[in-house]
Amino acid sequence: MCEGLSRNCNISIILFRPFQWFYFKVQFPVTVRRSDNTSESSTLGYNYRRHLSERFIEALLFLMAFVSVAITLAIVVMLVTESLSFFEHVSLWEFLTDTQWTPLFDNAHYGILPLVSGTVVSSAVALLVAIPMGTITAIYLSEFAPFTVREVAKPFLELLGGVPTVVYGYFALLFVTPLLQKIFPELPGFSLLSAGLVMGIMIIPYVSSMAEDAMRAVPMHLREGSYAMGATRFQTAVRVVMPGAFSGIAAAYILGISRAVGETMVVAIAAGMQPNLTWNPMEPAATITAYIVQVSLGDLPHGSIGYQTIFAAGLTLLLITLVFNIIGHLLRKRFREVY
Amino acid sequence: MSDVRNLREIRAIIARHKLGDLIFLVTGLLVLMIAVLTFIALFSHMLIDGLPRLSWDFFTSFPSRRPGSAGILSAWVGTTLVMIVTAAAAVPLGVGAGIYLEEYASKNILTEIIEINVTNLAGVPSIIYGLLALSLFVHQLGFGQSILSAGLALALLILPIVIVATREAIRAIPVTIREGAYALGATKWQTVSDHLLPYSAAGILTGIIIGLARAIGETAPVITIGALTFIAFLPPSPFKEEFPYISFEWLMAPFTVMPIQMFNWVSRPEEAFQVNAAAAGLVLVIMTLTMNALAIYLRYRMRKNLKW
Amino acid sequence: MVEDFSSVHSGDVSSSQYKSEVRNLSFYYGSFSALKNINMMLHEKKVTALIGPSGCGKSTFLRCFNRMHDLYPGNRYIGEIILHPDNVNILSRSVDPIEVRMRISMVFQKPNPFPKSIYENVAYGLRVRGVRRRAILDEKVEDALRGAALWDEVKDRLHQLAYNLSGGQQQRLCIARALATDPEILLFDEPTSALDPIATASIEELIADLKDKVTILIVTHNMQQAARVSDYTAYMYLGEVIEFGVTDTIFIKPKNKQTEDYITGRFG
Repeated sequence: MCEGLSRNCNISIILFRPFQWFYFKVQFPVTVRRSDNTSESSTLGYNYRRHLSERFIEALLFLMAFVSVAITLAIVVMLVTESLSFFEHVSLWEFLTDTQWTPLFDNAHYGILPLVSGTVVSSAVALLVAIPMGTITAIYLSEFAPFTVREVAKPFLELLGGVPTVVYGYFALLFVTPLLQKIFPELPGFSLLSAGLVMGIMIIPYVSSMAEDAMRAVPMHLREGSYAMGATRFQTAVRVVMPGAFSGIAAAYILGISRAVGETMVVAIAAGMQPNLTWNPMEPAATITAYIVQVSLGDLPHGSIGYQTIFAAGLTLLLITLVFNIIGHLLRKRFREVY
Repeated sequence: MSDVRNLREIRAIIARHKLGDLIFLVTGLLVLMIAVLTFIALFSHMLIDGLPRLSWDFFTSFPSRRPGSAGILSAWVGTTLVMIVTAAAAVPLGVGAGIYLEEYASKNILTEIIEINVTNLAGVPSIIYGLLALSLFVHQLGFGQSILSAGLALALLILPIVIVATREAIRAIPVTIREGAYALGATKWQTVSDHLLPYSAAGILTGIIIGLARAIGETAPVITIGALTFIAFLPPSPFKEEFPYISFEWLMAPFTVMPIQMFNWVSRPEEAFQVNAAAAGLVLVIMTLTMNALAIYLRYRMRKNLKW
Repeated sequence: MVEDFSSVHSGDVSSSQYKSEVRNLSFYYGSFSALKNINMMLHEKKVTALIGPSGCGKSTFLRCFNRMHDLYPGNRYIGEIILHPDNVNILSRSVDPIEVRMRISMVFQKPNPFPKSIYENVAYGLRVRGVRRRAILDEKVEDALRGAALWDEVKDRLHQLAYNLSGGQQQRLCIARALATDPEILLFDEPTSALDPIATASIEELIADLKDKVTILIVTHNMQQAARVSDYTAYMYLGEVIEFGVTDTIFIKPKNKQTEDYITGRFG
């Protein structure tokens, strides 16, 4: 071992001679030799090689962490450049105000409004389901549920959140829509309503788990104070715990919103792919995401205006979610500072 | 006299409040039941429709124009290969980034930027990753509509999940363990590789499994890249007869994956194809649920064994 | 406050070799001054105890010896700790803290074995130093465990998880882990504060045995313990060494009124 080590040291000194300034900086000015063979480590070369490899590892890990920044930059640069070539053909005014979205027709119109309306309506339906149900679930699990119920329900909700979205789309189209048609016979085969309902169910686990975490972070002594005043569980939950966890719960809602806005497969399958400027959930309509899927399924040549439309649509989508993500981030930050 | 009445009033109020508790308790259970029932409805609907279709042939046949003889061979092979690429890219990158942020990064503006980025990436809709991959991997880097492009796109998508899981697992290790290692003369990397990584392995693995389960079910980004929906051949085999026995040709092959196959069948008008969709969905759900259940079990075991 | 170097030293402090000398040591956590101009010495192969009320800087001082403060940002040393016989200032920027830690070991307040086997815990310091050969590892691990009076209790289960040991055994394992690398100085940071009286007694016995081999610096909140195990004692208060000297002198005839008050329990 002794020989092996010293040979290594020599090799490393030869190998890294160009970096001798560094070697100087970190050397340990001790030359004492100890009799046992475990403490040879004060040999200079070993020390020097160690520092170099430590620096190298740190640099490598930094680069890995920096990939996330690179991804964000790439997303922004890519969406903006591809959209810029789109906006060379279509004015921003037309994009924002035209009420028709027919980029693949001969008589092409490039108004994003129909796609936005589809997105807004389907998200609204989803949130009308997900926010109340998610909140009730969160309060129930955090304040009411006995230990065993919580231990079973939480993993179950997590599993529910793990089901692929394409499966939810199948469920919406082939189970929920026929079911709804029994109640509303005039409901078409594709509708924002059934897509939104299923999306809402799908989002419940996200909202409930984050809201529950926020509520459980409220310190016990606040609850005890409330109980000591003679309040019941429900009163404590609504008047003490929920206000205490307000920003966390709000952040959970924001997460739910950006999920709903960005959801693709459920709407692509169950809400149809026809752009339709409507605020009526009983109608079929394409969302921004469904439009991107529809174009991708076809075979548009790279660089054509049709190809560029999906980037413009993507940029719109990113900007909408970005706004919500920033609000959520600010809320989470406040939430961390409460206690 | 007035005391008695007062007491009676208080009791009435308490009874009313307790009723409020009871009502909420029932509501909470009811909402939970709705979630459970939805899941049961979803699963049983697929089971009833799809189970009769599940046979050995279904797994070993290519898709076909005739619903009765169509299968998911190319889909599950494609999913497997895409997942290999995703794991190979996301695991080292995510774990490395997690280690850096938790152990190496000093508190400065750059670290803050990276952290905000990771949080934001987790909130970016998956289809945006598809657009990124379409522009960057497919066209600019010239990977084409291949397994490599899809695997990398999904890797970027699950990167935040792996990073966050790694950070949380490492953060759970008490500082005394780190100090113990440093006090024995370990370097930072020795402390990380000999102690922090092994002790947090279960937590990191949980995150990786959850991430991959998410990636398996993701459809939108893969569609955006331009995965084909009808593929009646397999990518070239990764193993060869002659030296060097391994080939990477499959990375560049066109492909389809399970959720796309299912989507394709769902959007056909013929009912027989929708039965195929149910069967494919069943396989997909069982795959993702098994992975998620494994992750939940791992986490449960970990909590039980934690004895710092 | 301590301008005159000799004023804090009571009794005969110059009779043996110094292993280490602390010269004008100050230490800052950011802008908070945790240690103020400390001067004292560690006698070779003797036990030196640091006593004082909580928050007086005992542990901070101890952790300067193996540069543990380097792990956290914003910490700053001023002054010197000279390690003999090399005559090196271990606080110097040109000295690698890892080198320091390879020669000066530490045992922590709470037992902190790694979640590895007993054997791997003891062998870890050696592995870090690049020892690979099994025979050397086996021998060193056995020596260290014997040195920590743990060998007989664990020799049949060396490959079991260290967490299966009792608290006192875990702490002796941590001592064995520190001993395995033949340190020149062994630092103890309140090693018995998390242990029951019986385990405490066995650790104290062990410390008494160890001083034949290694120089020991121990922080303790327990004055009886300091009196029992140490040869020299330093009384610290608010980041300063108020009095330093032979333990018997400090406990029987302290020079300083403040020390006397603390020792006789009139403190505060």
